Amino acid sequence: MNQSDFLKIVLPFKDKVFRLSKRLLVSREEAEDATQELIFKLWRSREKIADYRNIEAFAMTMTKNYCYDRLKSKQASNLTLIHSNYKEKDTSLDKKIEYRDSVNQVHKLIEDLPEQQKIIIQLRDIEQYDFDEICKMVDMKPTAVRVALSRARKTIREALIKKHNYGVS
Amino acid sequence: MELANIEKLVEKYLNAETSLQEEATLKNYFTEGNVAPHLLEYKFMFTYFTKEKDETYTKDIELEPKKSKRRNLQWLSVAASVVLLLSVFVGKNTYDEYQERKEAEKIFAQVSKGFKLLSTNLKKGEQAVANLYAYENKINKILK
Repeated sequence: MNQSDFLKIVLPFKDKVFRLSKRLLVSREEAEDATQELIFKLWRSREKIADYRNIEAFAMTMTKNYCYDRLKSKQASNLTLIHSNYKEKDTSLDKKIEYRDSVNQVHKLIEDLPEQQKIIIQLRDIEQYDFDEICKMVDMKPTAVRVALSRARKTIREALIKKHNYGVS
Repeated sequence: MELANIEKLVEKYLNAETSLQEEATLKNYFTEGNVAPHLLEYKFMFTYFTKEKDETYTKDIELEPKKSKRRNLQWLSVAASVVLLLSVFVGKNTYDEYQERKEAEKIFAQVSKGFKLLSTNLKKGEQAVANLYAYENKINKILK
């Protein structure tokens, strides 16, 4: 596999790798480093992965594992590098501030979910993978994936309703 | 799409039973046009999900790790520590030599001072003995 073949395979899903890393590692810089590292790893094992049927799923699994390791080593060294540098995308001026707040609220709510639910909601609701692929990526049974996804969706929804009813009046 | 249908789909969605196609329908409904007030929270969710998918990795992709630089730095640190160690060792040696020479010079000065003192005193004694001889000669001459 030469360089251009490799890039042809990797480029279509590099953003997905980046977004999953960012979901787990929070900071943009860390997610960029993780993405770069992952591409190195794939390039180094290019002979092996050439035979894989689903390189993308394999890459997503690797991303998940790599981010877990990063998180673990951070916890071990007591470095809480995690900081929320979430940037708001410009929303047009005519939209209400409250509306924008509520959309950003979803980001914070996902941040508070357990790691596993975070990954699954990222893979399903943002990247729109089908259940078979998600099961492979996270190495879980379909029912377990559905339960986790359902929990995550319900948690987010309930928190949003709560905020709307009791929060800003 | 009819509201009743959407409500049904939303229920399925919460239980994670919707297909990707059904979720696409929901996404369309909630991100475009008016949303029924009692379903407003889904508008936030689906708007967020759509927005998040726009984020891209903008940095260049490198296929050769920059490890060589890091390794050079590592070797540099090793070399620096060796140099430091050597210089401390050599420095200590020369310092010791210097100290020894200083000590030797001090001792030499003391010893030569002692010899000088001895020699002057000896000279004094010699003079005194010479005087004594002269004296004795004179006395002998007188007595004869």
